[in-house]
Amino acid sequence: MLKKILIGALAIIGLTTAFIWSPKANDNVVNLYSYRQPFLINPLLEAFTGETGIDVNVVYVKKGMLERLKAEGDNSPADMVLTADVGRLNDMLEADILQPVSSSEIDANIPAQYRHPDGMWFGLTVRGRIIFASKERTDTGEVLSYADLAKPSLRGRICTRSGKHIYNVSLIASVIAHNGEDNAQTWLSGVRDNLARKPQGNDRAQAKAIFEGECDYAIANTYYMGKMETNEKKPEQKQWADAVRVIFPDQTSNGTHVNVSGAAVTKSAKNADNAARLIAFLSGDRAQKIYAEQNFEYPVKSGIALHPVVASWGTFKADSIDLAEVAKYRATASRLVDITAYDLGPQNGS
Amino acid sequence: MTQTSASPTGAAISTTKNRLRLDGWTIGAFVTAGLIALPILAVLVMALVPSDDIWAHLASTVLPHYIWTTLVLMFGVGAGTLVVGTGTAWLVTMCAFPGRRIFEWALVLPLAVPAYVIAYVYTDVLEFAGPVQGLLRDMFGWHNRQDYWFPEIRSLGGAITMMTLVLYPYVYLLARAAFLEQSVCVLDVSRTLGKTPWQCFRLVALPLARPAVVAGVSLVMMETLNDFGTVNYFAVATFTAGIYDVWLNMNSISGAAQLASVMLMFVIALIALERTARKNKRYHHTGTKYSTLPTLRLSGPKQVLASVLCTAPILLGFVVPAWVLGRYSLQFYDITLQSNFIDYVLNSIGLATFSAILAVILGLFLAYAIRLQGSASLRMVARFASIGYAVPGAVLAIGVILPLTRFENSVDALSRDWLGIPLGLFISGTVGALVIGYIVRFLALSYGAVEASLAKVTPSMDGASRTLGHGPGRTLFKVHLPMMRTSILTAAILVFVDVMKELPMTMMLRPFNFETLATYVHQYASDELLEECALGALSIVIAGILPVIILSRAIARSRPGQK
Repeated sequence: MLKKILIGALAIIGLTTAFIWSPKANDNVVNLYSYRQPFLINPLLEAFTGETGIDVNVVYVKKGMLERLKAEGDNSPADMVLTADVGRLNDMLEADILQPVSSSEIDANIPAQYRHPDGMWFGLTVRGRIIFASKERTDTGEVLSYADLAKPSLRGRICTRSGKHIYNVSLIASVIAHNGEDNAQTWLSGVRDNLARKPQGNDRAQAKAIFEGECDYAIANTYYMGKMETNEKKPEQKQWADAVRVIFPDQTSNGTHVNVSGAAVTKSAKNADNAARLIAFLSGDRAQKIYAEQNFEYPVKSGIALHPVVASWGTFKADSIDLAEVAKYRATASRLVDITAYDLGPQNGS
Repeated sequence: MTQTSASPTGAAISTTKNRLRLDGWTIGAFVTAGLIALPILAVLVMALVPSDDIWAHLASTVLPHYIWTTLVLMFGVGAGTLVVGTGTAWLVTMCAFPGRRIFEWALVLPLAVPAYVIAYVYTDVLEFAGPVQGLLRDMFGWHNRQDYWFPEIRSLGGAITMMTLVLYPYVYLLARAAFLEQSVCVLDVSRTLGKTPWQCFRLVALPLARPAVVAGVSLVMMETLNDFGTVNYFAVATFTAGIYDVWLNMNSISGAAQLASVMLMFVIALIALERTARKNKRYHHTGTKYSTLPTLRLSGPKQVLASVLCTAPILLGFVVPAWVLGRYSLQFYDITLQSNFIDYVLNSIGLATFSAILAVILGLFLAYAIRLQGSASLRMVARFASIGYAVPGAVLAIGVILPLTRFENSVDALSRDWLGIPLGLFISGTVGALVIGYIVRFLALSYGAVEASLAKVTPSMDGASRTLGHGPGRTLFKVHLPMMRTSILTAAILVFVDVMKELPMTMMLRPFNFETLATYVHQYASDELLEECALGALSIVIAGILPVIILSRAIARSRPGQK
């Protein structure tokens, strides 16, 4: 018995290793470490390969990408990184593992606001951190800004995901950058007091909670709304989206907080030229259109049509603060979440 | 350590009792254990870098909460799995009741369900908008949340329940192996002395199975401790959640390593405490009578009760999640089949098989070398090497990356200087790095199972074999292995299934363009897209079932002395 199992197992191992280690024929490649899920970026990468003949090897890493790159050093196989926010790119810049790219094509595609002045990193798409409001149970004008979310009249009416999630940490960091740590703490405590439940779920789950009547306001990223509104496979999500009105906060002041997904070329890149070509492609018309149409993100390049659903929310003023500056307050923001015990949810009498 | 106070491994066979003999076994074992311990050491070294005032911040804010939830979670799941695991193992091993043959293997099935998957499934079923509460509202005319009370699934209690449901098979498997390997003599004796079956279980069988049961429960507790997926989804702030927060949000890998080190110390202390508690006790059987185990005939109502008790964990831990996933798969299979799904399946199975075999070989080698040598220092190194299981996966992955790349970069530099040949990173970013990671993480599973089993083989067996002229290697193959078959198979299943489910290390260490079922599932699950990843999750479960069933059948037949 044991023997048979062993033989069978060894056969499987042989086959899989042969399969895994079979060398790739094409040397014309770019090697990518990505924070973004494969199902999101694969259509883009396939289009790039089709157009240029350059193969893209991807590994979706997320946690520990920075440490892996640092440890691999000059021998790192990675040519390029793709992240879901500028903060991570900034960490890499500070760890000195990126190299500058200068390309007039890329610079023409991406407005200066969304790229590093020396070409160390590039923003590719923009998503707003907006407020969802119940169509049924809220009045227009009651909440117009992030600050309004702390108003005592909203007690027990707000839902959010964990304060520790990168999108919320980033929003809190931007509040710190604008108003200072003390004010940010007061604000965050106010929002916590208004929570309807312990923070949980992702942004989509907050819309669902509004639909179910558990809360009236929520904080979420724009593309979730697009995905719900057009979800043919799960029509119940259309109902959630239907229960919700989109508010772009801070339109009369700083503008709505945005986070930017981006890319950078590593210092150790062996295929730096190909990586630069990929960034040029991702910021070009075709890829920006895919981002807009399939992922409901805002293209960084001007003149690209928005998805009709996204366009239907109207235009908005985005916060123009330097995102690398905001990223510096991430650790402080995370601490504020601890100090205010935000993730423990609403607390009576505190 | 003197021989009289030897730990459960039994008396060392060596004639020179306490002196460290440097034979091949010992040196090999030291080197192996040392290499496997390296990533854990790397984590401790990372912790030496000062981390600003993170401790002061944590202590004044969330640390007490982290500690409290972590302890409740750990001991809750530990107690739950202890009761369910040993209880069901005893029932199917010793009692006759309808369905017993099926329960024998079916009770292992929940092992194949990743904790984060069962968490998603039950949230889907039990939350406010789910079918259960919907039905209740329809039946009783309730309208909103204020009209009735329903337990909140996304809670500490929910997390304990979910983890108990999928982790009890660790205890079940090890306890069952121990019950199967027990000599019928002690049971006969206790029955002759007029003990009831329940007293036999409580006073004889359970204490004798203690090394195995403890091994199982400590695996469960370590797995609970390093879980991130489930607690994160349930918004339960545990120590591990805190580690990731300090690392990724506060940008302090050293702070995270410090927290992880504290957690490790805690685990080491717990293990040491248990070892001290059973000091001087030995668990091998001196009898050689391994005739068929007697089965207790249960009365009618008790038979029904036994069946129900065994059905419940299978139903809740396996059938319900598999059914929910199956339904979603039917609806959403096209998304999965568009990808190179078969490749992912093969990758997962190949890695799991290879790692399982390697982990068992290494675990066996270490445990046996320690048995031969009986040296306390070697035992300590081996135990240290097997606590990787308690370290959160992503942190341990960094621990693997650091020494590995340092080694590769030095070899590469040497090769460039001397031979002019650049080698680059020849292990990192290959499947080899993954296998190393799995061994570091899962050695505890194989080593724990094998060590517990070896402890039950009486040293006089070794003595007899050696007296008859067999060397240590031959003795292992001819004498021990046949007796340990059950536990070795158990160890192999545990590692196999755990590698199938493993996520954080796989994510970080894998090569380009390489997906396993777990990573494939994660890219959707991380965005709470349960339906899209249902087929993938179901495949993890199914791929896990097959070896579980084959091996459980082998286990049932594996009792020493059984024809």
